[in-house]
Amino acid sequence: MSTPSLTTTAPAVELSGITKRFPGVVANDRVDLRVAEGEIHAVVGENGAGKSTLMKILYGMQAADEGTMTVGGAEVRFSSPSEAIDAGIGMVHQHFMLADQLTVLENVVLGAEPTRRGTIDRRSARRDLEELGRSYGLDLDPDDPVETLEVGERQRVEIIKVLYRGAKVLILDEPTAVLVPQEVEELFKNLRELKARGHTIIFIDHKLEEVLAIADAITVLRQGRTVATVEPSGVTAHQLAEMMVGSDLPTPSTEPRADDEYVTLAIRGLSVPATEGRPALEAVDLEVRRGEIVGVAGVEGNGQGVLVETILGLRQAADGNIALDGESIVDWTVRRRREAGLGYVPEDRQRRGLLLDAPLWENAMLGHQTAAPYTNGPWINRRGARDATTHIVADFDVRTPGIDTTARALSGGNQQKLVLGREMAAEPRMLIAAHPTRGIDVGAQASVWADLREARADGLAVLLVSADLEELIGLADRLLVMLRGRIVAELDPATTTPMQLGGYMTGASGEEGAS
Amino acid sequence: MRSSTVLRWMLAALGVVFALSVVQELARPETTDLVSSGTAESTLRRAVPILLAGLGGIWAERAGVVNIGLEGMMVLGTWFGAWGALEFGPWWGLVIGIAGGATGGLLHAVATVNFGVDHIISGVAVNLIAPALTRFLSGEVFVNRPGGGLTQSPRVESVGSLDVPFLAGGDLFGWTTPDLFGWITDRGWFLASDVAAVLGGITRSISWATLLALILVPASVFILWRTAFGLRVRASGEHPVAADSLGVSVYRMKFAAVVVSGGLAGFGGAFIAIEQTGIYRENQVQGRGFIGLATVIFGNWQPVGAFLGSLLFGFADALQLRDRTAVHALLLLVGVALAALTVRALLRKQTRLALMLTASSVAVLWWYAVTEEVVSELPPITPHVATLLVLVFAAGRLRPPASVGLPYRRGQE
Amino acid sequence: MNLRRLLLALAAPVGAFAFSVGLSSLVLLAVGTSPMEAWTEMLSYGTRLETFVETGNRATQLYLAGVAVAIGFRMNLFNIGVEGQYVLAALLAASAGAAVDLPPVLHVALIMAVAMAVGSAFAGVSGYLKVARGVHEVISTIMLNAVALAAVGFLLRTWLLDDTDATLNMKTPEIPPSGHFPKINGLVETFTREIGRGRELWGFLLVAVVVGVLFHVFLNRTRAGYDLRATGLNPFAAEAAGVDPSATVVRAMLLSGAVAGLIGLPEILGDAHKYDLGFTRGLGFAGIAVALVGRNHPGGVAVAAVFFGWLDSAAPILDVVGDTPREIVSILQGVVVLSAVVAYEVVNRVRRAAEARDAASAARQPVAEAAPAGAEEDS
Repeated sequence: MSTPSLTTTAPAVELSGITKRFPGVVANDRVDLRVAEGEIHAVVGENGAGKSTLMKILYGMQAADEGTMTVGGAEVRFSSPSEAIDAGIGMVHQHFMLADQLTVLENVVLGAEPTRRGTIDRRSARRDLEELGRSYGLDLDPDDPVETLEVGERQRVEIIKVLYRGAKVLILDEPTAVLVPQEVEELFKNLRELKARGHTIIFIDHKLEEVLAIADAITVLRQGRTVATVEPSGVTAHQLAEMMVGSDLPTPSTEPRADDEYVTLAIRGLSVPATEGRPALEAVDLEVRRGEIVGVAGVEGNGQGVLVETILGLRQAADGNIALDGESIVDWTVRRRREAGLGYVPEDRQRRGLLLDAPLWENAMLGHQTAAPYTNGPWINRRGARDATTHIVADFDVRTPGIDTTARALSGGNQQKLVLGREMAAEPRMLIAAHPTRGIDVGAQASVWADLREARADGLAVLLVSADLEELIGLADRLLVMLRGRIVAELDPATTTPMQLGGYMTGASGEEGAS
Repeated sequence: MRSSTVLRWMLAALGVVFALSVVQELARPETTDLVSSGTAESTLRRAVPILLAGLGGIWAERAGVVNIGLEGMMVLGTWFGAWGALEFGPWWGLVIGIAGGATGGLLHAVATVNFGVDHIISGVAVNLIAPALTRFLSGEVFVNRPGGGLTQSPRVESVGSLDVPFLAGGDLFGWTTPDLFGWITDRGWFLASDVAAVLGGITRSISWATLLALILVPASVFILWRTAFGLRVRASGEHPVAADSLGVSVYRMKFAAVVVSGGLAGFGGAFIAIEQTGIYRENQVQGRGFIGLATVIFGNWQPVGAFLGSLLFGFADALQLRDRTAVHALLLLVGVALAALTVRALLRKQTRLALMLTASSVAVLWWYAVTEEVVSELPPITPHVATLLVLVFAAGRLRPPASVGLPYRRGQE
Repeated sequence: MNLRRLLLALAAPVGAFAFSVGLSSLVLLAVGTSPMEAWTEMLSYGTRLETFVETGNRATQLYLAGVAVAIGFRMNLFNIGVEGQYVLAALLAASAGAAVDLPPVLHVALIMAVAMAVGSAFAGVSGYLKVARGVHEVISTIMLNAVALAAVGFLLRTWLLDDTDATLNMKTPEIPPSGHFPKINGLVETFTREIGRGRELWGFLLVAVVVGVLFHVFLNRTRAGYDLRATGLNPFAAEAAGVDPSATVVRAMLLSGAVAGLIGLPEILGDAHKYDLGFTRGLGFAGIAVALVGRNHPGGVAVAAVFFGWLDSAAPILDVVGDTPREIVSILQGVVVLSAVVAYEVVNRVRRAAEARDAASAARQPVAEAAPAGAEEDS
């Protein structure tokens, strides 16, 4: 860990008094950020703290309403990314910005194509690419179509894209979110290499251990404002976390569960053939008992999504059995499974859980439209549905102007509270919750945790899939780890640390499990 | 294109002519028109508007915009083409027809790109407006002219044509060169004469407008795949947000591509009016915009594929008009081709496919045997049926642009 | 809140109408005729009772076409194939009606059943291709339109031709009187004067009204309608909520096709009593226009159908008096469609932004947390 450079030269990037308003919200409120040349500067903050908005402003994707920016001492004002690129700023997006059907080379040169007699000069582009790859240790074949690349490789394409444009300042938006710990190490090596060659790096993250390991300076944002800029040597992860949240950290925790051996959900030898190259499921066994939360950990794409979809009936199993309350449901339709008491909080609530352009009361009946109070035989019971929705909104603290508001208008946290509320209101036997706190604010997160705990105490069986290891360890009674479509370990959360869990998730800690 | 690819295409073309020659021999004297210079010439002439619509479709869809307004843009092309030809001569007719189609494209671009209207809806609207506008304009412009009326224009002249020197006996500096293909055709050699007849058909009195249209195939490939502009257009259709993040003006790319798309469709329409029929007549586009759309799919969003598709559909069209018995003879070819595919499926041990192919083959051959003529309504719908079959049986091999049809708004992911 | 919603809902169609009339007037000015004169003529001719009767007949067909299209649209299915479906259905239904002899009500019911079955089956092919083979319905319905019209040409020329007819008109045999749908002039004349000029108001208008009511009830009051709308709004969420996406697609196409089958019947049952070359075509595409302008809403489509029907019925006067070409009405209709969809899109954005503001202030949380979907943070 090095200290920030205290030279007297102008900072590489300086933002002052940046304010950005969206309809009804202030995403950035007089934010200041000063990044010295040649340092790795981390910007941390909760989801919704305004980090991404700030970076989009710096990269010219959005315009600030107020405030000034200087790059290398000169004041700038970007109205498009190309102006930021011209000023030597590059951005590696969290969701890769790559066209799958185009080659690595085409993706890299796009927008900055070297031309020769009117055509793209592929030869010189390939030469430049290979040279960049060599000097930064970013190894890639320029002619591969991007669709054939792995996640880590795609990220390297993104970084090369930025370097190819001669960026001196690199913005990386949560670059580690999609990587396994080993890939993170690889990335950090690349970043140090970049720094050694004089690049300035702005690094957005909320994983504090990572930040402390790599950053030279850390700026904390909270609710759209700058809280402080600190040196990593002078601060602990806990202090950082408190600065981010502004109060004591809520940590999920559960009381020991009552002794109840009744098995609500039993899965035996479940296999799903692979499609689209994703690892599917191979001989998965698992049980969830009444009043138990079983956590499923795993690096994204190792079969957790398939498991959830197969239990719900969105995918067909090739082999094996799924039993709910002792009855095999493997041949049932989705509707029958849901009617039998299977609740579902989807991983992507906007895609799988909501009708964004429908009013809240129609969203509340989604998934429960075959039962009272929402319907009466083949007829919709409008009054019943509206009353039920009013109750959900009140009981689960969904902040909305009314139940006729469309779901799209609500914030992520309120949307999630609505989804969880409607599932709970239907009094399920079994709840499948995938990433229930992803992308929502701290307050909503705490309320989701509280709801899950309460339901567990009432005897609900919960299968909790999450990428938030703290959440898994805090909430689950038992932890399962998935790797390449198989369950590779069963762990006791009481004695497991996130680091250990990470080891199992990547296959570094052996496959035989620790149960 | 590498020389090996060119060779392969030439061999494939030769194979097709060979198969047609064989069928021709088998079906003689029922028909003599299956492979003739007249059929070849007619095929090409009928293929051009479809090809242009197909290229138009490819341009728009590569940029991510579905364009079912091609039909309406072609309609605009026919009217403006005819009007331009009447007022300023055939070449200007083409130019003004292109401009007319491009105006339709502009409308579609404004609606879909600037206002985020659903592509299908906007396309339908263009298809509704175009015929209304042309009818109105005819009433204003053509009604008072000799030969003109509410539904048609006076006759218009076509642009000139060319006989290729040496190959088809064209003139060179006032000297009439030998007609090589014509000479071979007259020999009556099996295959060789047929090949010469086909080549003669497409080199003799070939319209300059046809040549221009054909050049647009490699030109589209070149622009879309070799230039920076083309890469940006394609990136806008694949992943517009990524393109935008690299400073590509996605709106501008989509806008440009859709206007080009309209211009190509307009050219197709103008071609129909000026070259094919020599007159503007209401409804003369007859769904060719939709057939163009079919060739986009049929050709897997590749200009060369669309070209092949347009030739196939042009062939069906040409035969139907020239010689119905030839269409009937074609059944024999289809039956035999299906049988050949059966053998291939058997060799690959695809039993179910082989069974299906055998059944179809037998059915088609039986059809050939018991009928004298193919129902006249059938050939015109070959493109539609062929496209459905491709979609039903080969959809997995199609690669449409990833973001085609999705509305794009800057700053929203 | 509700007033705002109402104003926003009205802003788009009214704005589109004003824009279209303005643009058409400019076109008329450009070709040197007086738009004022044209519109006045249309208004005075268009407010006669006989024109209203014409409007009712035309609107009946347009409304059925609009509803057929709207059923698909409501679940994001583009049934561009209504055109082929209704023409084929009309031909076969007319033939079936001529082939049998039944008591009055039954006879009409049979003809309607045949028409709905044919339309349904033909649309069902596209539905099946979509769910079984992933063929986009826009493409399949466009392609099948050509197939349907080719089939109509073939059938009318051969098997279904009335060869007892000595004239050259290609037509199917006549449907006997028991298969005619009564006119409802009396219904109107009770309130007004006698309808002159031999105009008849087709009784099928009542069927169209019933179809509209059923459409409304089905969409908004039944579970099946909810499933259909949910699938249209978000097929992935609907699937997770237990809606079978394939079944819903097929069901919607079958329903859409069934209504499409009815489009030609007002004319066949009320007037022509046979299918011949004079049969009105193009209603399928007009139906798309009507559905778009009416926002696929049962009531909105009705307003749009009456509006378009009135324009069609009042336009012919332009050929009789003055020197305005009647085609200006077609242009007006086309511009209405495009400007209406643009206006709906614009209004929708305004409404969304306003709602997001309301929701954010309801959340009463000072900053970024409640960012709207478009500006959503990190995630």
